Amino acid sequence: MAAVSAAVGLVMSVPVARFLVFPLFGSRRASDWIEVGDASGFVSPGPMRAEILVRRVDGWVASTAKRAVWVVRREGGQLGVLSDVCPHLGCGVPWRDDEKIFHCPCHHAKFDPSGRLLGGPSPRSLDPLPIKVENGKLMVQYQIFRNLVKTREVIG
Amino acid sequence: MSAPAPGRGSRLLRWLDQRAGWRGVMHEALDEPVPGGSRWAYVFGSGLLFILVNQIVTGICLAFYYVPSADHAHATVGYMQKVVWGGRFIRGLHAYGSSLMIVLLLLHLAQTFLYGAYKNRRELLWMAGCVLFLLVLGMGFTGYLLPWDRRAYFATAVGTNILAEVPFVGGFLKAFLRAGPDMGTLTLSRFYVLHVFVIPALIFVLIAAHVFFFRQAGAAGPPLRPEEREKLPTEPFFPMQVLKDFLCGMLLILGLFLLSALRPVTLGPIASPADSTYVPRPEWYYLPAFQWLKYWSGSGILVGIVVIPLLLFALLLGIPFLDRSPERRPRRRLLPVLGLALVGVGVVSLGFQSAWEDRRDPAVHAKLAAQEAAEEEYNRAPFEPRELAPAGAAAVAAKLSPAAAKGALLFENEGCSGCHGASGHGAGGLIPLDGIGSQPAAALQALLRKPQGKMVEGGMEPSRLSDAELAQLVAFLREALKDKK
Repeated sequence: MAAVSAAVGLVMSVPVARFLVFPLFGSRRASDWIEVGDASGFVSPGPMRAEILVRRVDGWVASTAKRAVWVVRREGGQLGVLSDVCPHLGCGVPWRDDEKIFHCPCHHAKFDPSGRLLGGPSPRSLDPLPIKVENGKLMVQYQIFRNLVKTREVIG
Repeated sequence: MSAPAPGRGSRLLRWLDQRAGWRGVMHEALDEPVPGGSRWAYVFGSGLLFILVNQIVTGICLAFYYVPSADHAHATVGYMQKVVWGGRFIRGLHAYGSSLMIVLLLLHLAQTFLYGAYKNRRELLWMAGCVLFLLVLGMGFTGYLLPWDRRAYFATAVGTNILAEVPFVGGFLKAFLRAGPDMGTLTLSRFYVLHVFVIPALIFVLIAAHVFFFRQAGAAGPPLRPEEREKLPTEPFFPMQVLKDFLCGMLLILGLFLLSALRPVTLGPIASPADSTYVPRPEWYYLPAFQWLKYWSGSGILVGIVVIPLLLFALLLGIPFLDRSPERRPRRRLLPVLGLALVGVGVVSLGFQSAWEDRRDPAVHAKLAAQEAAEEEYNRAPFEPRELAPAGAAAVAAKLSPAAAKGALLFENEGCSGCHGASGHGAGGLIPLDGIGSQPAAALQALLRKPQGKMVEGGMEPSRLSDAELAQLVAFLREALKDKK
């Protein structure tokens, strides 16, 4: 009787456990391509702030929220898009036009105009986002990265 | 129970027993004498407890995702049903479990009644059981609304309307349950609280009382003459009756598993009060009551929905006081047994009559089939997350072309929203721009570069945006503010 109970309990616990751990261990959906603007419009030599509309699906609700990204010139002059989230503790990083650097207001991490780490507590440079140019439009995949680690790791 | 072998294990058990008294508890629980020995006829009560455990476990699972609000209830159930791993299966266990509970309750009640097992100082035991029966029906009624699909909505609309027929207090009861004249998010909230907190709490208390009274009176044994029954050998509850109860419980759980896996429950489209053509039908165990109501109208309705049901329930509740002879054999208790048979046959035929009438009327039959088809189609469609209306410009931008979406951001960042409201609708004393989007793009661009008349008086500055950005802003105005208020 004990064995049968254990067996039935075990069988019963499988769907229940799967139900309760959802959505952990599931496969992550690839991020959508989001338009940033006309690729030819980003002519300024310094970083340019752009706002994008990111669609987020959270359980049974979906919403569209604004996120800011930095459009920059990478070493070599090609366009790049950086996340504005500091890899240290996640503050939004503004561009300081007087100093010509990205300067995080929280703990003073500093990055050069291409996003490379210059100093401060951040473990790595600003995170570049995947981009492509399609029909003259600059497109970006918005990603969230694990903070406080040296190697870049996408977590959402 | 075998005698514990000496050793470390028995020392641990003795240690536990001295502190927790578990041997006494086990003795109390398992060594209850069963007159005449174990029987399959006695499994229904324990079977109900197995299903109760199933309802609790699966109910808690469902509560992990469910939100009792008219805004979200249907989406959360759809999410469980279509996205969450095993959601459809768990929901099936809960839904089929509720039906199975009703079946077992009826069997338990009929068996107790036929065996005359309410006799011999078992009035409280019997009455606690009768109240439990009502509470379980209440669980069925309150749980049915929670998915908030059409079927649920309209069945409950009809169910709560019936209450209004009760004289004097009916109107209040209906309004109280619905929390207003209409069904809405407050109704859902009330049904949820009743289903998840109030009725389960009452059920736990009454089950405790029911089991306590059962143990006080002892098992009734088979329906024999008292002198025959006294001569019967008794057998302890453990192991044979426990084994029978256990096997029955496993069979029930297996049945639920198979039903839930092979015939998954469905979820229909979201409740829409506007759908006046919907033909509502209650869950199968309410069909007899549904049919019964068709026969009563006008002043007779009081008799039909208040007097007769109350009388029947009073008879059921009071049967231990009416059928007082020590005689328990069914064939010597013709009046109560025939009474039960009559009511049973009546209720079952009312249910079948209802189903038959639906089948016979081609219009209703076709409509019910169409509703079912629509439900299955919705059920197969992939899950669509419920779109939250974002605040401010993003709300508008979400529906716009890419250029106009950029324009919506400019509208906010350039300070336009400061005077014209978040989306240009100018609520709360601000200046609305509704209808301005019907103007040609060139005219709007010119106006923004060089404000005119009232615009200047209002303090509007010429725009210093680049031509490309100005075009985006105008695209926003033309898409989002085309229509006059």
